Amino acid sequence: MRRSLLFIPGNNPAMLQNCDVFDSDAVIIDLEDAVSVTEKDAARALVSEFLNAMAEQPPMELIIRINGLDTEYYPADLEAVVSDKIDTIMLPKATVEYLEKLDKLLSGIEKKKRMSKKIGVVPIVELAISVLQIEEIVKCPRVNGVLLGAEDLSGDVGVMRTKKGNEILYPRMRLAYACAAYKIDAIDTPFTDTNDNDALTEDCLFVNNLGFNAKAAIHPNQVPVINSVFVPAQKSIEWALRVEEAARQASLKGLGVFSLDGKMVDKPVIQRAENIIKKARKYNLI
Amino acid sequence: MKNVLGRFVPEGYEPFAGSGAYKDKKRIIIQEKKTSRGFEKLSSISQMFDRLGIKDGMTLSFHHHLRNGDFVLNMVAEEIKRRNLKNIKLAPSSIFPNNRILAELIENGNVTEIYTDYVNGPVAEAISRGKLKGMCVMHTHGGRPMAIESGALHIDVAILAVPAVDKDGNGTGTVGDSACGSLGYAESDLKYADKVVFVTDTLIDKAENPQLDGKYVDYVLKVDAIGDPKGIVSGTTKITKDPVGLKIARNTVKLLEELGLIEEGLSMQTGAGGTSLAVAYYVRNRMLEKGIKGSFASGGITGYFTDMLEEGLFKELYDVQCFDLKAVQSIGKNSAHHAMSGSRYANPYDDNVVDKLDFVILGATEIDLDFNVNVTTDSHGMIMGGSGGHSDTAHGAKVTVITTNLVKSRLPIIKEKVTTVTTPGEDVDVLVTERGIAINPRRQDLLERVKGSKLPIVPIEKLLEAAHKITGVPEKLKQSDKPVGVVVYRDGTVIDTIYKIREEGK
Repeated sequence: MRRSLLFIPGNNPAMLQNCDVFDSDAVIIDLEDAVSVTEKDAARALVSEFLNAMAEQPPMELIIRINGLDTEYYPADLEAVVSDKIDTIMLPKATVEYLEKLDKLLSGIEKKKRMSKKIGVVPIVELAISVLQIEEIVKCPRVNGVLLGAEDLSGDVGVMRTKKGNEILYPRMRLAYACAAYKIDAIDTPFTDTNDNDALTEDCLFVNNLGFNAKAAIHPNQVPVINSVFVPAQKSIEWALRVEEAARQASLKGLGVFSLDGKMVDKPVIQRAENIIKKARKYNLI
Repeated sequence: MKNVLGRFVPEGYEPFAGSGAYKDKKRIIIQEKKTSRGFEKLSSISQMFDRLGIKDGMTLSFHHHLRNGDFVLNMVAEEIKRRNLKNIKLAPSSIFPNNRILAELIENGNVTEIYTDYVNGPVAEAISRGKLKGMCVMHTHGGRPMAIESGALHIDVAILAVPAVDKDGNGTGTVGDSACGSLGYAESDLKYADKVVFVTDTLIDKAENPQLDGKYVDYVLKVDAIGDPKGIVSGTTKITKDPVGLKIARNTVKLLEELGLIEEGLSMQTGAGGTSLAVAYYVRNRMLEKGIKGSFASGGITGYFTDMLEEGLFKELYDVQCFDLKAVQSIGKNSAHHAMSGSRYANPYDDNVVDKLDFVILGATEIDLDFNVNVTTDSHGMIMGGSGGHSDTAHGAKVTVITTNLVKSRLPIIKEKVTTVTTPGEDVDVLVTERGIAINPRRQDLLERVKGSKLPIVPIEKLLEAAHKITGVPEKLKQSDKPVGVVVYRDGTVIDTIYKIREEGK
């Protein structure tokens, strides 16, 4: 259950050093787009050293965005970074075919390195074909969340990106529903104007209503905004706590359905309240 | 001799005995200078030297309101050099990199003692390298007026840059090409120097609410320009965009909230650095959300505070020094934006403003496990600043918060012992870094207040460990044993000694 995933360029030592202080639920150390072709080797070495030097597990999930499986860089990326120190691999330009291949590659490395954990995968849906394949992508092994990559996707489709984002409404909705169906994280595309946190808030509220539970950030200053939106509002928490208490009382009386504030409360409503409380507890809101 | 903090105090100086020790002593005030209406006009710096008989061994004082754009101290320095005067004592309230000519005068023995609150740039380097024959005595902004009014710092001639002077000799900083707003640090020099010269580039008929009273002025010298406006104030001061600085600022405001300090009637002060301004910005937002109003903000004032004044978030501003153009414009037109003297600001014996502060947000070059703070030297022992109002506000405010990155330029900011003590740990209550908040164990009341909070409160030792995990344990600094200066606490006692830096290979 992530809210915010912060991209950190893999070739920036200062950002890597501080990557654990920005309160994001996950950090995505980027070996792909943030790193120019001439710096791929240096960035890979830096990230590998950074991981080796890490004395203790950071407080957030550690994700590495490797280069795509359509490039020459990914084998060295995987070899350098996959270890018990990381949690997840983010795969750009993901398709079902690439995800299956990645699963095999990861299994091989996990076995070879005698790793104690199984690495998760977050594919990026940033090709038109991936949007169409989304129902299969969410079922692929290791996939525990999907990130929408709107910039590349718009390029692939041949449409202009806008601040409002009408051009990505269809992929957003498909992705949100597919993730909801398989109970994995629906992660929205980053908001690229790092100086407009008001518009970022609006964007977060909009996609939250579509069914997204998380958003990627490309600047640490976006994280507090994202974290504040993708959590239950105080009013919702108060409502959920009241439902929980009423359900407890009803259960003592042997009632499955009861009324609260004049409205019927049944199993789906109780379930919704429980989810809200679970999330609120996770993020220290109660 | 060692003081109460175990720091060496050179002979002839009184050792620091605690930040409240001044209360056991009586205020000493010498006679103000004789006043008269009417002043003599001078035509050149050279004539000023002749007319005033400026000679070897004299003490000349200056203020630093023109900051890095000041021409006046440099003009006087040129004349000292031309006349090859010796053993001059200089008492500028601060020294900036543009005063680099002083380094040459130090080397040549023209200037042999310096009394100042802050020194940065080539002059600081010359002092740290042991070029100054005598000592560099570093006061605080409140300690300097106390030293002047008590006669401990005797000034032969105060040579004061004044943006505009009227026909009665009154001086103001709010108009003129070199307008700098408040002239608070000049007021003690004006009243207690043997002779006072105003150096200006703008003569006006009548100054509105002049801060500097013409009755104390002996001479007025008009020059083409007293400063470069670009170096005097920043066009605008801006909050940091650095995400680490912003995180520190957010956590600081959360802490202030937990401590019950963001409430109706609050009073506050911050520095003009990016993180401090971010704290001011987040405090403003909380005040708006809560619908509360503060009583006052003080210190060096920026546009962020004048905006808050105009929004009705503060009743008054007390301004000893304007940091940006907005502040300069505001002080000239807003009657709730008051100029104040350095003495009113922070003199321990005055009815000062710092004692009325609820909280102050300050920086640190180093802070140690006893919460002592260094803002005087860097980790190599090189002078790079000074207290300014640091130790004054730390003592006066009910809660003193230090905000700093845990690591800067690959060096941990937390040390077991700071290189130089500027502000004693007994006056420092909280340290906020990006990796946690440490509260001084002396403040059990604050620790009690944050019990059960979700803030990342940790012992300062844990922060030191976290810093060392990133940087490794730095080698201990090897200092020479030759004192080049003393850090004088606001009560006139010596809190620490500054040593000549060790040249490489020696």
